[in-house]
Amino acid sequence: MTYLIGENLTGGYGGPDIIKDCTLSVDKGEIVVVVGPNGAGKSTAMKALLGMLKLHGGSVKLDGQDITGMTTQQRVARGMAFVPQNQNVFVTMTVEENLEMGAYLRHDDITENKEQVYDLFPILKTKRRQVAGELSGGQRQQVAVGRALMTKPTVLMLDEPTAGVSPIVMDELFDRIIEVKRSGIAILMVEQNARQALNIADRGFVLVTGENRFTDTGEALLANEEVRKSFLGG
Amino acid sequence: MDYSTDLLNALVLITNYVLIPSISYGSQLALGAVGVTLVFGILRFANFAHGEMMAFGTMATIFITWWFQSMGVSMGVFPTALLALPFAILITTLLAVAIDRSVFSFYRASKSKPVTFVVASVGVMFMLNGLVRILIGTDEIIFRDGQKFLIKAGAFKKMTGLSEGLALKQTQVLTFVLAVIAVLALFWFLQRTRTGKAMRAFSDNEDLALLSGINPELVVMVTWIIAASLATLAGVLYGLDKSFKPMVYFHLLLPIFAAAIVGGIGQPLGAILGGYVVAFSEITATYAFKKFIKYIAPSDFAPEGLTQFLTTEYKFAVSFFILVLVLLVRPTGILRGRVL
Repeated sequence: MTYLIGENLTGGYGGPDIIKDCTLSVDKGEIVVVVGPNGAGKSTAMKALLGMLKLHGGSVKLDGQDITGMTTQQRVARGMAFVPQNQNVFVTMTVEENLEMGAYLRHDDITENKEQVYDLFPILKTKRRQVAGELSGGQRQQVAVGRALMTKPTVLMLDEPTAGVSPIVMDELFDRIIEVKRSGIAILMVEQNARQALNIADRGFVLVTGENRFTDTGEALLANEEVRKSFLGG
Repeated sequence: MDYSTDLLNALVLITNYVLIPSISYGSQLALGAVGVTLVFGILRFANFAHGEMMAFGTMATIFITWWFQSMGVSMGVFPTALLALPFAILITTLLAVAIDRSVFSFYRASKSKPVTFVVASVGVMFMLNGLVRILIGTDEIIFRDGQKFLIKAGAFKKMTGLSEGLALKQTQVLTFVLAVIAVLALFWFLQRTRTGKAMRAFSDNEDLALLSGINPELVVMVTWIIAASLATLAGVLYGLDKSFKPMVYFHLLLPIFAAAIVGGIGQPLGAILGGYVVAFSEITATYAFKKFIKYIAPSDFAPEGLTQFLTTEYKFAVSFFILVLVLLVRPTGILRGRVL
């Protein structure tokens, strides 16, 4: 049984449908990557899982339970964490406050959780009192992932976490994401850097114009001649 | 008399007529502007009803003060209004939350544009304006009691031997002290408490705040409670310092908006700075410097006119001027707030 699955999702932001009959799924301890050309509806499909757009078809199930009718906030409370592509940190607040806000729903002691995030991203510990808006792009991305992890999620969803960061930072971020996966969290990620992302992925979905085109393991997709030619640049 | 006495006289003159009034007026504006800026930061619209909220809170204070006075309750040297203030704050807070539930929550639910909120707040402004005038009338009301002066001009002259007097009203000191306490409490709340941080997070990035599980309705309610409390405090301090006239609070809206924008909209600290900038500019621009120049100028030079930039009737022009200047030169305000 898949932990989080969105089946036959159809919908958009009120206008025409952006995704049609689209299916995405992710299991605990697994990295699933969604790739595809610009405007394929990758981010939209992910937002559909979070209840951020109007669906008029399909259903979303978390841990076997239908959550299609729930608000985004209710889903967050159920363990779904989301790192948006843009504006994913509180720029006027310190790194530490960003993490505290991530843990807003929790009323237990968060010190241990905070230390785990600092262990994962040591640079953040040295910058804990600094305002997040003053950090570099890569560091901000770390704050964003850290904030999401503070909710103690069971599913972590990342919308292009490596957009706008250097290749070195990207590799490092991917390493961290693999570490997070090992702690048993389900990871669903939309990526522009398709080749690198599929490299670390257990499974991948290739979306084209809002529909599933290919679904396979990361390795198989990388080996697939057609996928390589059309989406990975040869 | 030698020149150093002249200089001292000039200093006393400026302190008495510009410095002290500016500090107390600035504190009153600052308290109002913090409320406007908080509402803007959280609800993302300029609340035109803020001045009327001040008038309503002051009216409630006056009614309770009268009731206390009729029962013979007083605070000795302090104004009885201070005793009435907490009750008035409670009433105004309830009103603000009720207005939010009945008016603004509808537009939030329908995700209306900010300009719709602004126009709705203008409607609330007219409604409150009418309500206050129906309940308490349009006349000027002086509700200050207790000791009026801490330092009297005559006594100061006698004590120092200077020809200029310095008067310090109790309300001026009260205004400053209460404003400092209110602002410190507000900053402690915003910086240290869970709900305060949630408010800052919500103001910073609404979508991400929602994704972090911050309850928007709670944040909005707390914002109204703070804005209404500060509005009542500002209104009562202004009324104690001068007098209560419903129309005056409507007029105060302009310098308060100017203060919030000058400081950087959405920035509480900026609103405080802005309050003092506007107050100092307004009072300096409308003060007649003739006597001051006579003191500091060598020998018997005296300017022919009053050397007053603007007559006091035109004091609102100063707010407008500052507003336009800031929007032209530094639209983000002193502390880099949002651009309107």
